[in-house]
Amino acid sequence: MALVDRIGAALDRTPGGIILTSVDAVVDWARGRSLWSMPMGTACCAMELIAASFAKFDFDRLGTFPRPDPRHTDVMVVAGTITRKMAPAVKRLYEQMPDPKWVIAMGNCAVSGGIFFYDSYSVVRGVDEFLPVDVYITGCPPRPESLQDAVLQLRELIATESIAPGVRRQRELLLPTSGDLSFGQRPGVVDEGESG
Amino acid sequence: MNIDELREHLCKEHPDLCPLFSIEFGDGVLLVDRGRLFDAAADLKELGFDRLGMVTAVDRDEEFELVYRLTSRAMSCGMFLKCRVPRENPRGRSLVPLWPAALWQEREVYDLFGIEFEGHPDLRRILLPEDWDGHPLRKDYADDRMIRRPDYI
Amino acid sequence: MTMEVESRREVSGEDDLARQELVVNVGPSHPSTHGVCRVIVHVDGEVVTKAEPVIGYLHRGIEKMCENRTYLQVVPLTDRLDYVGSMYANWAYCRAVERLASIRVPERAEYLRVIVCEMQRIASHMMALGSSAADTGAASMFIYAFDERERIVELFEELCGARLTYNYVRPGGVSFDAPEGWTDRLKDFTNNHRTALSEMDRLFFGNVIARGRMKGIGVLSAEDAVSWGASGPVARGSGVNWDLRKHDSYSVYPRFDFDVPTGSNGDAYDRGRCRLFECYESCRIIEQAAAQMPEGPVKTDGLSRLISPRPGDAYDHIESARGSLGVYVVSEGGPRPYRVKFRSPAFCNLALLPMLAEGHTLSDLVVVLGSLDPVFGEVDR
Repeated sequence: MALVDRIGAALDRTPGGIILTSVDAVVDWARGRSLWSMPMGTACCAMELIAASFAKFDFDRLGTFPRPDPRHTDVMVVAGTITRKMAPAVKRLYEQMPDPKWVIAMGNCAVSGGIFFYDSYSVVRGVDEFLPVDVYITGCPPRPESLQDAVLQLRELIATESIAPGVRRQRELLLPTSGDLSFGQRPGVVDEGESG
Repeated sequence: MNIDELREHLCKEHPDLCPLFSIEFGDGVLLVDRGRLFDAAADLKELGFDRLGMVTAVDRDEEFELVYRLTSRAMSCGMFLKCRVPRENPRGRSLVPLWPAALWQEREVYDLFGIEFEGHPDLRRILLPEDWDGHPLRKDYADDRMIRRPDYI
Repeated sequence: MTMEVESRREVSGEDDLARQELVVNVGPSHPSTHGVCRVIVHVDGEVVTKAEPVIGYLHRGIEKMCENRTYLQVVPLTDRLDYVGSMYANWAYCRAVERLASIRVPERAEYLRVIVCEMQRIASHMMALGSSAADTGAASMFIYAFDERERIVELFEELCGARLTYNYVRPGGVSFDAPEGWTDRLKDFTNNHRTALSEMDRLFFGNVIARGRMKGIGVLSAEDAVSWGASGPVARGSGVNWDLRKHDSYSVYPRFDFDVPTGSNGDAYDRGRCRLFECYESCRIIEQAAAQMPEGPVKTDGLSRLISPRPGDAYDHIESARGSLGVYVVSEGGPRPYRVKFRSPAFCNLALLPMLAEGHTLSDLVVVLGSLDPVFGEVDR
């Protein structure tokens, strides 16, 4: 645990407010505590995603706030089944998110296709076919508490990262881009025009 | 109105449709030829079936069976209108001029079964992407991305 | 991807002033489309000249999957259709299978089914009202409405252990009996819910902004509602007095005393208000059903897990929160259905969007869409 996590205790010891810590620790601390989410709710799990951010479960206390605009967000919560028709749109929204960005795969459908693994001709079996997923939560659908736990786990994951470009970029390069994701789709259906 | 009253009513108004009418599982079924589909539907609409509830199809090996579910508000009952079309040339008549409700539902049948409807104003795929290969609800549909579920029972 | 301009096209108007038609793409991921709906909107200035919904972004092929499962294994799939009201698809499917296989259902199970479906109606309408209120800018209404939904979800969780996909109604009965004291807590809920409903009525439908945003928007005539196959609050908002619970009554509904609220103008406001009044009626039904519910078993004894009905086809429908939800099951005599078709009310209601949105501004498009209350699990199946 970095010193910034015990900032109160540290300030007690050094009145005047000087603490010494690494740049990575400060940056990770700041990033991990205000993870605005891009709610990519496509199906059933979207209901639990909404429930998580409302009065009873109150996502805001973890610093996570749903913001349905990719350019304002840090973490994409893929909640629900992704079909071949939808996949390029999800990938494109992911590409529009500013770095650094993370992905939570919420629910069995986003993890592996779940109940739609067998016999379905249109479901993508797991969102990790085209997105670099950081945290997987199982459940059909998962409870809102598991989603909050996922954010806490993501926070721990972020604490291990360095702001130097690392493994993550390489992992992302292996995955298809939204242009490659034809999935039986007419080329150029999604990529019409520039985003405004 | 129960099913026997409906049969009587139908036979009185349209004697030509009477022999085609049967009762299965407590529901009235009217099985017509492809050529008579539109006229029979128009007759039923006149008879008081003002809502087209469902349009679908069933793959019966050699043929496709088009299934229409009609509901009457005045008579508080529903019935089926069925029509068989051959697999080689699956074409039906569109009921959009009678009920606009068929607009999207016939598109869905076209998308998933590949049955064409003559007289439909906008027959395109609706659920699947436009360049999708094949019609998935046909029994012989094959897709190399589809994994069949192992047979446990 | 939220909203983007796709192309501009010169249109010469009647008055010979050069106008530009803009094609705006809304969706498939947009907070106001209630799911994964994409609408390609042609606008002249701010006025919609043509709105074309593009659906199928959640088409999961459930109907095909049903063909390779046993009758009992299909029930969990029906949960995932209308995920805001899972109980309805459960029940509609079970009714069709029961009709096909001639299964009798114990009376207590029928009462439990009615109770959970009326609770589900409240939950679903709360979601519909809340999200369409959020579309008009009333965020606080969404929080109040969702809070009410959360209370129902808690009761469901107590009943069957799941918060969203219940898998509760099974062929031949329901999966669990109500736990001890559950009906008392249900009674507490309906009492409190009435207060909350009148509060919401004043908070949202009495609000001048909501009236201004919703009155006269997306007017649907009664004739169009019938011929386009609209059902549920969408048809009743236009004054079509058609509710399967009342007019093609099923299960134990004839034993209850309730009204069917209808609107008169057929606009977004009336459709929303119909939903609110239906919640009052649902409270009445729940209270009567809880009081009349007999003791006894909740599932049929001796029903095989491998149901094999005789060959034939059956259709049955119930009144879901969105309208008449029908299930058509074809059997060839084997342990698996030959074909299952879900007649989804949301699909038929959404087909009205191009007609209703035309002539309104782009910001009213989301009000119209919200008042149709589509759930895309059910639209796309």
